Amino acid sequence: MFRFAIKMLFGDNAKFYGILLGLGFASLLIAQQASIFVGLMSRTFAFIGEVGHVDLWVFDPTQSYVDEPKPLRATALPRVRGVTGVAWAAPLYKGLLVATLPDGSRKVCDVVGIDDDTLAGAPAEVVAGSIADLRMPDAVMVEVGSSQQQLRFPADLPPGAVPAPGQVFDPSAPMRPVEIGDIIELNERRARVVGLVRCAETFVAAPTIYTVYSRAVTYAPPSRRVMSTVLVGANEGVAPADLAARIRAETGLEAMQPWDYSMRTLGYWMRETGIPINFGIAIALGFFVGVAIAGQMFYNFTLDNLRYFGAFKAMGASSRLLLGMVALQALVAGVLGLGLGLGAVSAFGLSAAGGKLAFKMLWQIPLIAAGAVLVICVLASVISMWKVVRLDPADVFKGA
Amino acid sequence: MAGATTATDLAIRLRAVEKTFGKGESTVRALRGVDFDVPAGEMTMLVGPSGCGKTTLISILAGLLSRDKGELEVFGQDLNALRRDRLSAWRRDNVGFIFQQFNLVPQLTVAENVSVPLVLKGESVGAAVKKANELLATLGLEGRGKSAPLKLSGGQQQRVAIARALIHEPRLLVCDEPTSALDAELGRRVMSLIRDRSHQHDRAVIVVTHDDRIFHLADRIAQMDDGLIKNIEIRAGSKPL
Repeated sequence: MFRFAIKMLFGDNAKFYGILLGLGFASLLIAQQASIFVGLMSRTFAFIGEVGHVDLWVFDPTQSYVDEPKPLRATALPRVRGVTGVAWAAPLYKGLLVATLPDGSRKVCDVVGIDDDTLAGAPAEVVAGSIADLRMPDAVMVEVGSSQQQLRFPADLPPGAVPAPGQVFDPSAPMRPVEIGDIIELNERRARVVGLVRCAETFVAAPTIYTVYSRAVTYAPPSRRVMSTVLVGANEGVAPADLAARIRAETGLEAMQPWDYSMRTLGYWMRETGIPINFGIAIALGFFVGVAIAGQMFYNFTLDNLRYFGAFKAMGASSRLLLGMVALQALVAGVLGLGLGLGAVSAFGLSAAGGKLAFKMLWQIPLIAAGAVLVICVLASVISMWKVVRLDPADVFKGA
Repeated sequence: MAGATTATDLAIRLRAVEKTFGKGESTVRALRGVDFDVPAGEMTMLVGPSGCGKTTLISILAGLLSRDKGELEVFGQDLNALRRDRLSAWRRDNVGFIFQQFNLVPQLTVAENVSVPLVLKGESVGAAVKKANELLATLGLEGRGKSAPLKLSGGQQQRVAIARALIHEPRLLVCDEPTSALDAELGRRVMSLIRDRSHQHDRAVIVVTHDDRIFHLADRIAQMDDGLIKNIEIRAGSKPL
């Protein structure tokens, strides 16, 4: 009879495809919105992950997230270095500065200054040039993704060339992306592009520019406090958690392992912004759309087949068997609808890969979508089952 | 067929059976104490005006409804003594239904529709469909097993419904207006087929009908009115009770 139940489901094309589309759309919405949410939220702490081989981040205790400007005094660095168990400590600058391009346009850029000596804090992937080239005079490296797209130069200006005094560029003239050799100004100081790097997209949409720490602080507005963070490596055999506690106790600064710092940053954005609520609403909408469309379609499908279930019941099918048939129909529709939706989300994710769209489908997301579809199917089938259980087999003689 | 009738020759025995629907002012007494015997090996037609209790009576006889009062035995079994799951199994093993609306599942093939009672009894779909095709051939529907029911004419659909009712060789065949969708000639042929089946297998057939064109095929005709059997007409050749 279960084979017949499947045939009944597949045989009613209009309703079957309606149920599939409803469940597929629901799982698509749930999984896609959840993946975009995770992708977006991951960007809030992506910079922390970008800085590899660091045991601890040391920062101002009142700093809530990695991009929050709460600079430290320069003395923080030797104080941290003086803590027992610290193998090395390197300064890191991170701040938003204004870049002026040759055509006169200005862009706010996320400037990262890494340790001059160790180059600790450098991005993992260098696309063009060498990270050591950052030690050259005025050297900066720009990120190839959004940065290269946003830092546009007039196409007729060769790399390395400086506009003649008073030269005016036609704003409608063709533009090109930034290249090695290009000259830009950061807070009215010269910066020469010596390489291109690739790093994870961050929550700040500004172009990312890397340079060494000593140069970054010259680009930054003058202040007694310019160091954003101290990056720390622990001695062999020293537990980072223990070292963090010691740094906190001895310096009064906050010290966290990368994952904890990431979660602190994430927690800030989750608490202080409406992003989770907005995405939560979108995900809930997906669920309710699924209930409304697929649930209604499945209920109608069962109603349409009620007379046949009634006939089966009259012929001796038990209520348990009929419930099993309805449950199987719901399960099959659910699995296919889920597959359809997740397939579409995966295709969407593949097409979005490498682009600006934040998309990160964790392995838990398909499980969440499956759970939601399961709930939709259970809701739809329970209502349908209620009709089947209440079905009076004698009704088959009433021409219903 | 001839000879003295004993209690064991009775397919169905009803005594003072009552059935009431609803409560208070909306109470409807559908059956008011029906006494009725149906001999095995005969086709009995149940006739009467709409609302007289025919459908309620056949629903009780077939184990689809329970009676409120009275005695009922179908092939010696008191149906009220069976729990719901046992009653379902009893219907599955002993009753064949021909519905007025056919109730053929459109998403299944003709042979699959016919095979349902066998599949419900635990037979594999493959074996049941094979038997269904053989039975369909005897009903003039050879080669139609893989067709969709809705592709068939009304008469062909009715024969499919008959095949489904007969395939598991039930002892009791319950037919609700089996000729209502058929023309006179087809109706007569269908009823002859049902009648032959009941006689051949010494089983009972109950037919609810308004169609006086088929009355002559009945072994006996029970006239119902107002929840009671008012008259039973025994046709020539029928067993005396």
